[in-house]
Amino acid sequence: MRFADLLGFAWQVMRGYRSRTLFILLAMGIGVAAVVSVTALGEGARLYVVNQFGALGTNLVIVLPGRSETAGATPGIVLGATTRELTLDDALSLKRSPAILRIAPLIVGDGDVRVGARRREAPVLGSSTELLELRHMELAQGRFLPEGDPHHSQPVCVIGTKVAMELFGSRQALGEWLRIGDRRFRVIGLLARQGESLGFNTDEIVIVPLAAAQALFNTESLFRILIEAKSREQIGNAKADAEEIIRQRHEGKRDVTVITQDAVLATFDRILRALTLAVGGIAAISLAVAGILIMNVMLIAVTQRRREIGLLKALGATARNIRLMFFTEAVLLAAGGAAVGLAVGEAGRIVAAQLYSAIPFTTPWWALLAAPLTAIATAVFFTVVPARRAATLDPVQALSRR
Amino acid sequence: MIRLTGIERTYVVGGEAVHALRGVDLAITQGEYLSIMGPSGSGKSTLLNIVGLLDRPNAGTYELDGRDVTALADDELARLRRQEFGFVFQFFHLVPRLTAAANIELPMVLAGIDPNERHRHLEALLREYGLEDRANHRPDQLSGGQCQRVAIARTMAMRASVILADEPTGNLDRHTGQEVMAVLERLHEKGGTLIVVSHDPEIGARSHRQLRMVDGAIVNDERR
Repeated sequence: MRFADLLGFAWQVMRGYRSRTLFILLAMGIGVAAVVSVTALGEGARLYVVNQFGALGTNLVIVLPGRSETAGATPGIVLGATTRELTLDDALSLKRSPAILRIAPLIVGDGDVRVGARRREAPVLGSSTELLELRHMELAQGRFLPEGDPHHSQPVCVIGTKVAMELFGSRQALGEWLRIGDRRFRVIGLLARQGESLGFNTDEIVIVPLAAAQALFNTESLFRILIEAKSREQIGNAKADAEEIIRQRHEGKRDVTVITQDAVLATFDRILRALTLAVGGIAAISLAVAGILIMNVMLIAVTQRRREIGLLKALGATARNIRLMFFTEAVLLAAGGAAVGLAVGEAGRIVAAQLYSAIPFTTPWWALLAAPLTAIATAVFFTVVPARRAATLDPVQALSRR
Repeated sequence: MIRLTGIERTYVVGGEAVHALRGVDLAITQGEYLSIMGPSGSGKSTLLNIVGLLDRPNAGTYELDGRDVTALADDELARLRRQEFGFVFQFFHLVPRLTAAANIELPMVLAGIDPNERHRHLEALLREYGLEDRANHRPDQLSGGQCQRVAIARTMAMRASVILADEPTGNLDRHTGQEVMAVLERLHEKGGTLIVVSHDPEIGARSHRQLRMVDGAIVNDERR
């Protein structure tokens, strides 16, 4: 029997038993659509996190004060010695490393920001002029913090759009003065609207020079040092250099933690990928259910089409012919169902993308391949028994019954 | 040439052995017109199925054109059925969802014959059996006589040399039945072997050789 004729025969069967065909297409379609949309959801979440990290800056290395050791207590803790603080000079000394492009020291605190009678609490960031480039921030108006020795500061600040709205209303904020605590700052720049990135909304912050923040919060110690490595390949060197330079400055104690954005990102990436795979697998169970439905329907078909199968044998069909007919039908049904499922899943993804534009819903390529292939493999697997039953049917008995 | 020697066929029905055929010896030469008569359960259909290689005997040998086909593999039997035999049934046995043309074409499709050749032959068959204007009708849109003509045309799709008809007129009125018999007899006149199973004496009387079966054995073999 020719392949084209096998397809044609299966097509006739599918057309002949329309409601049955529709039910199988529906079941298979739901299974494939479930896999496609669920993995699109997971992949969307993963890409969202990756993008958020990307927005933090590129080739980022972060120095945190204190050492987070997972194993045992360090001698310092036993002896009651506190970890040394991270200072501005620590930060500036990092510029010695050839692997480091730029650094930005960071102090974070909550400030009481006032303009006349209007006031609001806002996170106040103390940093240097490099922060703008390093964190990929953009200005809407004015300038960023001035360059110069970060030990000394001018009374200036850069504010987020929401802060500007709430404090100045529709008035022009640029060039105006505001108060943080008991100090006055002139607004020299407005940040462009960027929205949330990893729990930090740049629309709601006030950025002041580092020395001003030190005075405001009455502290010398830095919250973080942000480092940008010269290139992706230099991230490892930058990390090693930062650890080494600060160890030397801290009398040989390793009392800071240096993390790379890459390492954190890789962890999130792994977790979310595994999660996507897992939920995709769970959705694939519905494909197995659809496979069982196919088996049932095919078993019914063997009984329903006894006479036809007997006739085909009388007309000279071999057992192989009969088996191939059943498998072709199953594969066509599964492929049709998979096509329906892919279309529905894709439509669902587009709708979801419209509703939640922040999350980049994307069906991963492996799900687009695996879902239809699983559907077809399940269909073939569950047709083995019905096909064998049909092929071994006794034609005399099959034909003798009315 | 068909030669059956000592054919036995036993079924087990409800735990009891039923002898459908007991020691049947039969030789049929190419081009014979033969009828098998007898009461229900006398083994007529079983004999026809064994001749048509649809069923296997429990004992005895079957030689087809000098070749022992008793112990051939299933696929080989399927190939022989396709090439040598054409079945015509009481209930027509057409595939209900296929058109008349597709039903006639079915044996050629199963045999994997080239579509162009298939269509040429199909056109000729539709013309020959007066089914041209019924080609695209499905069996439920055809009369009984037309259904049986489709079934006969189907046996000619692979140019069967032996036509096996099991009660071909059993489901037709007298007039249509005679028409169908005339169509079958035309095949015989062209040199085909025609074997008709019937319990209608009028049908049996038309044949040139009449077998009478009782209880799985041939009790009478008469030539005219």
